[in-house]
Amino acid sequence: MASAGSTNSRRVIPGFGISIGFTIVYLGLIVLIPLAGLVLKSAGLGWSELYRSATDLRTVNAIWLSVWTAFIAAVINVPFGVLVAWVMVRYRFPGRRILDAAVDLPFALPTAVAGIALTALYAPNGWVGAYLEEWGIKAAYTPLGIVIALTFIGLPFVVRTVQPLMEDIDKEVEEAAATLGAGRFQTVRRVILPAILPAVITGFALAFARAIGEYGSVVFIAGNIPYVSEIAPLLFIIRLEEYNYAGATTVATLMLMISFTLLISINWIQAMTRRRFGNG
Amino acid sequence: MANLFGRVPIGLRSAVNEGAFTRLTLILIAVVFLALFLIMPLILVFVEALRQGAGAYFEALKDPDALSAMRLTLTVAVIAVPFNIVFGLAASWAIAKFDFRGKNLLISLIDLPFSVSPVISGLVWVLLFGSHSVLSPWLQAHDIQILFALPGLVLATMFVTFPFVARELIPLMQEQGTTDEEAALSLGASGLQTFWHVTLPNVRWALVYGVLLCTARAIGEFGAVSVVSGHIRGQTNTMPLHVEILYNEYSFVGAFAVASVLALLALVTLGIKAVLEWRYGNQLASGHRR
Repeated sequence: MASAGSTNSRRVIPGFGISIGFTIVYLGLIVLIPLAGLVLKSAGLGWSELYRSATDLRTVNAIWLSVWTAFIAAVINVPFGVLVAWVMVRYRFPGRRILDAAVDLPFALPTAVAGIALTALYAPNGWVGAYLEEWGIKAAYTPLGIVIALTFIGLPFVVRTVQPLMEDIDKEVEEAAATLGAGRFQTVRRVILPAILPAVITGFALAFARAIGEYGSVVFIAGNIPYVSEIAPLLFIIRLEEYNYAGATTVATLMLMISFTLLISINWIQAMTRRRFGNG
Repeated sequence: MANLFGRVPIGLRSAVNEGAFTRLTLILIAVVFLALFLIMPLILVFVEALRQGAGAYFEALKDPDALSAMRLTLTVAVIAVPFNIVFGLAASWAIAKFDFRGKNLLISLIDLPFSVSPVISGLVWVLLFGSHSVLSPWLQAHDIQILFALPGLVLATMFVTFPFVARELIPLMQEQGTTDEEAALSLGASGLQTFWHVTLPNVRWALVYGVLLCTARAIGEFGAVSVVSGHIRGQTNTMPLHVEILYNEYSFVGAFAVASVLALLALVTLGIKAVLEWRYGNQLASGHRR
């Protein structure tokens, strides 16, 4: 559709030179050259320096903490995100539209604001934290607090990826399944879940990738104790403030490698899905 | 409970819907989850900000450092967003209206800043302009201050908000194809007239949508500007950074007061966004249609 008539459009429509020129120059100046500088810097460190900083116990702990808390948060967001999407798409109840709009709050609310609000909410004297305290659960200033903040950040990624696909599910297919004797549970498991599975995986990967690098919403609630509750982006800031550029660049390089691996897997999942189902 | 909801006469029970009890339970779980993670933090911002009354609240907002943080945040957004608007229009025009090699690579590169951690988006500018960089002697000789000053804040913000406008426009313009433009051109319109009177009206709501998200992020960005700001009170502190400083000084009313302004802006953003999706959903890229 997009390519309809575009074989001769190069001759008809003007402005290719100037628009592509500006695009590439601006992309280069704002994104590519700065990122290339980072790659050059980490390459300039040499393998031994990179290896030494990367095996530093505090660095390893920080990166591992960022990865596993981001993973758990993304895992939590899968069932709850799918449930929220389902409730928004299929059911009608008062306040639905407002709640639906509120799902995007983590995209719109500045991360620092989310950070201090979540901390105050889940702190031992906070509205929710006080209840958790009675059960002997400490949320704020522990890895659990980090998981809470990352769950907040990741939720819209899962909901907004799954929602459009859910809206596209043809009710007739469900009716067909029901006519053929499938119970409701079987229909959900055999018909609906397979249809939304690629979107669920993509949403999971997006939430996971975003959470690994997240800083603002986590740094207030995390506690920031080295080896225990110090996330990778915070350790990175600390190294930078010590003017330890080698250490900072190492942490940054490792974080970049993780998020690019995830990005490539997301693209791969989407390409696979398009091939199998005809659209993404 | 089973008597209330469980035994619905067969004829009334739809084969493609859940029972009333299941439905109610699912809605309840979703609402509780959203309340715990989204709604309560939002309410808490305003409660904490007004904890010592409206007087203290407005006093905190009138603080000179808070005012200067608001001015700086606005300045940064006003400079960074227009650049990204022009870029978004140029990139979507080139990508949607023409065929060329490497198009998919270009689209992926435009999305790149989204997959880079905010703090790294700040670091790249420190490495480029910091005291250890190749450019540093030249900058010092010409007395140009980029880091810990407005230019650094603007560059970091431009990097972080880079894809927002482009990614709203590209898919929509690709769906729309080139027939409208070809018709206008064949009727004698110039390239610029075609762009202004045909293309721009076709994508106007998507453009508004992209600019809205771009501006919201530019105002709220924390990690990237935190790295390049230097945290000089009254000078290089944007609103989110000012929230952090006040919070770390245990000046909670002040921190939540500034935060409440940002939260209000976020609510306005969500409101406009929802209106755009409901009213003009058919004129947005397909991912946002309702």
